[in-house]
Amino acid sequence: MIEIENITKRYGAATVVNDVSLVVEPRTVTVIVGTSGSGKTTLMRMINRLVEPTSGIIKLDGEDNRSLPGHELRRRIGYAIQGHGLFPHRTVAQNIAIVPVLLGWDKAKIDKRVEELLSLFQLDPTIFGPRYPHELSGGQQQRIGVARALAAEPNVLLMDEPFGALDPVIRSKAQEDLLSIQKRFGTTIILVTHDMEEAIHLGHKIAVMDGGNLLQYATPAEILANPATDFVATLVGTGDRPFRFLSLNSTGDAVEPGNAEGEAIPASASQRDALAELLWSGRPALPVINEAGKAIGRVTVEGLVKRASRPAA
Amino acid sequence: MKLRFPTILRLLVFALLIVFLIRPEWFASVFRPLTENNAPAIYNQGSLLTLTLLHLRTVAIATAGATVVAIALAILVTRPIGAEFLPLSRSLVNIGQTFPPVAVLALAVPAVGFGEKPTLIALFLYGLLPIFENSLTGLTTLPPTVTDAARGVGMTGWQRLIKVELPLAMPIILAGIRLSVVINLATATIGSTVAAKTLGEVIIAGLQSNNLAFVLQGGLIVGILAVMIYDGMSAIEKFIAKRTGLVQQT
Amino acid sequence: MRLDKLGVVIAVITGYAVTVAPFATFRANRIVAGEPQTLLNSLPAWAGPTLLAIIGIAVLIGLFRTPATFRLAASFAALIALFLLIGLAAEHLTPANNTYARVSPASGFWLLLFAFALLAADALTRLQPTPLMRIIVLVLAGAFIGGVLASGSWDKLSILKEYGARADSFWTEAGKHITLTIGSLVAAVLVGIPLGVLCHRVQKLRAIVLNVLNIVQTIPSIALFGILIAPLGWIAAHVPGAAEIGIKGIGMAPAFVALFLYSLLPVVANTVVGLAGVPSGANDAARGVGMTERQRLFKVEFPLAFPVILTGVRIVLVQNIGLATIAALIGGGGFGVFVFQGIGQTAMDLVLLGAVPTVLLAFAAATILDAAVELSSPSHSRTSA
Repeated sequence: MIEIENITKRYGAATVVNDVSLVVEPRTVTVIVGTSGSGKTTLMRMINRLVEPTSGIIKLDGEDNRSLPGHELRRRIGYAIQGHGLFPHRTVAQNIAIVPVLLGWDKAKIDKRVEELLSLFQLDPTIFGPRYPHELSGGQQQRIGVARALAAEPNVLLMDEPFGALDPVIRSKAQEDLLSIQKRFGTTIILVTHDMEEAIHLGHKIAVMDGGNLLQYATPAEILANPATDFVATLVGTGDRPFRFLSLNSTGDAVEPGNAEGEAIPASASQRDALAELLWSGRPALPVINEAGKAIGRVTVEGLVKRASRPAA
Repeated sequence: MKLRFPTILRLLVFALLIVFLIRPEWFASVFRPLTENNAPAIYNQGSLLTLTLLHLRTVAIATAGATVVAIALAILVTRPIGAEFLPLSRSLVNIGQTFPPVAVLALAVPAVGFGEKPTLIALFLYGLLPIFENSLTGLTTLPPTVTDAARGVGMTGWQRLIKVELPLAMPIILAGIRLSVVINLATATIGSTVAAKTLGEVIIAGLQSNNLAFVLQGGLIVGILAVMIYDGMSAIEKFIAKRTGLVQQT
Repeated sequence: MRLDKLGVVIAVITGYAVTVAPFATFRANRIVAGEPQTLLNSLPAWAGPTLLAIIGIAVLIGLFRTPATFRLAASFAALIALFLLIGLAAEHLTPANNTYARVSPASGFWLLLFAFALLAADALTRLQPTPLMRIIVLVLAGAFIGGVLASGSWDKLSILKEYGARADSFWTEAGKHITLTIGSLVAAVLVGIPLGVLCHRVQKLRAIVLNVLNIVQTIPSIALFGILIAPLGWIAAHVPGAAEIGIKGIGMAPAFVALFLYSLLPVVANTVVGLAGVPSGANDAARGVGMTERQRLFKVEFPLAFPVILTGVRIVLVQNIGLATIAALIGGGGFGVFVFQGIGQTAMDLVLLGAVPTVLLAFAAATILDAAVELSSPSHSRTSA
């Protein structure tokens, strides 16, 4: 659990983060969204004390984050940034091993961990381990950046626009990978982005920041349904709101009894995808199949349109 | 690695230089046409080999000292404790480079007298600037994501310097050292005007006795040494830069 | 109030300079060993404490975190006091009607000069003056030194006695120094820029030309000066008319050619770099609007590459001012004449007579051209527009 209590950061007369308090539940993904200059990155960097707050306290699992020297604290918190920040003079394996080496793990354990992580990210350790970062593609570099952040098995992972430099196709793959890794290790992730779409897709909870203030801290559904301020509403995008809302839930949750003609859609697909397929193919209903490929009912345009409307407050 | 023509040429020139330093008299007939009135064709007031070694020693001592001091200063002004001095140090480097080497040499004489000492001081001071400037460039133009990541993974200030900043700045620092060595090889010859034992002695003896053969011998040895050291150090830099992935292989 | 780190350094240097180091050296004649004199001994009864007070105030202003304008004013006040009073010290220490005695500034004076120049440089750096302001400061400093020289208050100083003994030759050598420097620069620009354009257009030529010029730079200056004696001597003797226009084996001709050769690399290299740095979009657009090759070169490429080429000129000018001192070794004249004469006679004041103008000239050239480079670069015109 991460408890941020009345955190303020000032640079001279400028207040970059203004009296922000929020609690991040363990094993969840929290996304901080805002435009540039909103203070979102500064807020995140105060968690691992890359930036020292002017006032306020941050507690990790109940312990003040100032009870350790900054560099020791940072070795226990994963950190991944946009443009990956890999050390160009170290091989991929050495890059991943940085924190374990700093922590003094023995060599056999480090080698095993590096191999494990490379395999996890679908990179062959014997091929990619000895390469230098500049010999990798952008997507591969980004994966190594996340692997490095996870190397010492941190409970908390901080990510600053980790997918910002990737093209859309690679980005959505990276997002899926991140979600599956988060499920597997149960890591608490705090991710900073300016992309509301990404926030809604990844976050269990979203913190919207503007001008140093925390405007709203809520679940994606709540933010879509009841934006706290006009600014949050603009960020959500009124035109996209119903579709974003649909994207939060899976088709399986919208299944109605009955049959339908034509190609089926898997229950795990988002309701947004189902609606898109309905509209595109011009059909009134789609059959839905479960993981085993068995038909479990259908979704209809009418049913989905109802779900896309604003829930009662 | 295959031996290409330039490599063969370099090896040949190097071999020729060694032979010339050990047995200069073998080349007397080459230099004879440059002399007048039966003047000696080969420098005869001392051993060319000894002078070459002394020349190299002077340059090596001065450059080594300059390297240590320049890198230490560059590290100091790029740490928080010395950050106040960073803008000033840049201005000083700029001003320092306008001092002509002869002036530095001449002004060192009243402080320490004639001989090797003023030469060492002048070469040291003159060698400082390129190394300091390059070290500063190297340490202040590191990719920000890399330095941020170095802090983010929990390296202490010292670990960041040793494991990340210096290795990444190394190719640029080495280029500064190379520049410094080449400038100093040439400047050291001027040291002979204040009685330092360098190859400048050969050139000055030639100028004084109107013996072009001497001038050419001294000049050629220094020139060849400079080109070869320049080449050698460039190769080392490229090797390091390539290994560290700082320069894409073309 | 918090301490300024540079201020502490300056306070330490100044403290040493006024307590331990001698302020001036007195010698009974030109070449005997000198007697060091303390600051208070060197100056008349009223002047010593006055100077100490000015220095003290300036050090205090430097020691604490004060506004940069204060620091600049304090350092200039201290520098002006030092410059005025060193002349007074010479007057005070020289016995009446004694023309043999020599008084020169000693280590204490130089350290004080260094300390306050450092304070001034730091204050100027912090104020980030515009290019024009920098030139104005330079002109004012030059006018001040010129004024002090003209007033005759330094006449009793040893370096000016050396000057007095050879005033005519000083200006002749100064003229030669400047002729060599500027002349070789102009020649290098006239040859180097077209050569640079050619290298930019013809890939193969580039590597060869730059390599050859690089190798020329590694030849020690005194050797290059010397080596050129032979071919120029031959030309003078065998080419009709060459000797009449001043080409000789020794003297200014080989020096001129050597400086020209050294100047080529920075000019050519910077022209190539400048042209290569022209954004390809600008070149495309120039072609797109239908410019001819020549129009593109003069209307697009040159204006965009100009600041970089000017930087090359700056490098050459400063380098030439320094290298021209070597010309004296082959009879080419210039300030080096006094430097090498001084070294030969172990007369350090004579060395200074050659070295100080060289340094000042190089410094002034660097300041002016740096300002010009900054004024000509697009980022500057954008911010000032």
